[in-house]
Amino acid sequence: MKILVVDDFSTMRRIIKNLLRDLGFTNTSEADDGNTALPMLQSGNFDFLVTDWNMPGMTGIELLKHVREDERLKDLPVLMVTAEAKRDQIVAAAQAGVNGYVIKPFTAAVLKEKIEKIFERAG
Amino acid sequence: MTTLELESPGNEFEKLFSEKAKDLMARLEKNDLAGAVGLIQELQKVRDENLYQEIGQLTRALHESIKKFKLDSSVQGAGSDIDEANDGLAYVVDMTAKAANKTMDKVEDSLPLSQGIAAESNEIHQQWKRFLNKELNPTEFRELCKHISTFLKSTESNTQKLNQNLNDILLAQDFQDLTGQVIQKVTTMVTDVESRLVNLVSMAGHVDQLTGIQHGEINVEHEEADLNKGVGPQVHADEEEDVASNQDDVDDLLSSLGF
Repeated sequence: MKILVVDDFSTMRRIIKNLLRDLGFTNTSEADDGNTALPMLQSGNFDFLVTDWNMPGMTGIELLKHVREDERLKDLPVLMVTAEAKRDQIVAAAQAGVNGYVIKPFTAAVLKEKIEKIFERAG
Repeated sequence: MTTLELESPGNEFEKLFSEKAKDLMARLEKNDLAGAVGLIQELQKVRDENLYQEIGQLTRALHESIKKFKLDSSVQGAGSDIDEANDGLAYVVDMTAKAANKTMDKVEDSLPLSQGIAAESNEIHQQWKRFLNKELNPTEFRELCKHISTFLKSTESNTQKLNQNLNDILLAQDFQDLTGQVIQKVTTMVTDVESRLVNLVSMAGHVDQLTGIQHGEINVEHEEADLNKGVGPQVHADEEEDVASNQDDVDDLLSSLGF
């Protein structure tokens, strides 16, 4: 299972990577915004994307839209982990085809639950 | 902060104005035209004096504020209070990042130690249970003794290392005190700037009153936050209706959308 973690803050990427490792996912890569993430996704055979929303360059919601428009990436499971908590934003993310939405600050248990749910549904 | 005197001669001027207005009417009724013109000139003089005084005060307050916040330096980034606040906040970002990284370094260093202790004690426990059930042969027993001996020795140094790491994690939280002080300083500065601005506006209001200037509707465009760009954490999530205040809210909203 190859996972890409996208967040502009290196500390948050590190926290998520640590939590993922604790859940048994050791094959993780990092990107600091959508612009760096998208080419990595297009060439990297990733199985799962965890992304922040608010980032300089390309935001997480734009990245999600690009992923859904890309023929090869459109089925990639995407988990949004973000401080963005406006209802309109959550609805927009759902409409753009997000698979899970976790708001910061979050707990290890919530992250685990959402990831498990995504893969349960994906079969 | 020095609070600027807002006591304005405006009120006195108003009082004088209405008194003189009555006087003026009385004189006009008595056909005392020269007296009436004299009164108007007197009023004009008081108004002018008041106006100069108000403008003088406004200018002084403006100068004081500029000096107070050291905004008079011609080059941006040359030590004004705003620059200092910016530097302070950059320091907060830096300190918190350092503390977070140090804490994670220590946690990443500690996890294998505690995992190792757990795994080894589990192994010894299994053998120990077999020993109590008299299932161990003498060779296995000797091995168990050796295992216990090395385990105790390594646990001593491993727990020492763990204690050291926990202490380091504790100390890494000292940023809270320092960043708290910086943020409080910035908050005080921002509040100070705000009250001075309000003060200046109110002083300018007196000038407007005396000159009879009306500005009409002043339109300041409020920038609508672009939700697509992201608006950052919601500080008052509990109080706002269009905001999910916790993960349960998010889950409820998503499930209402058929998630």
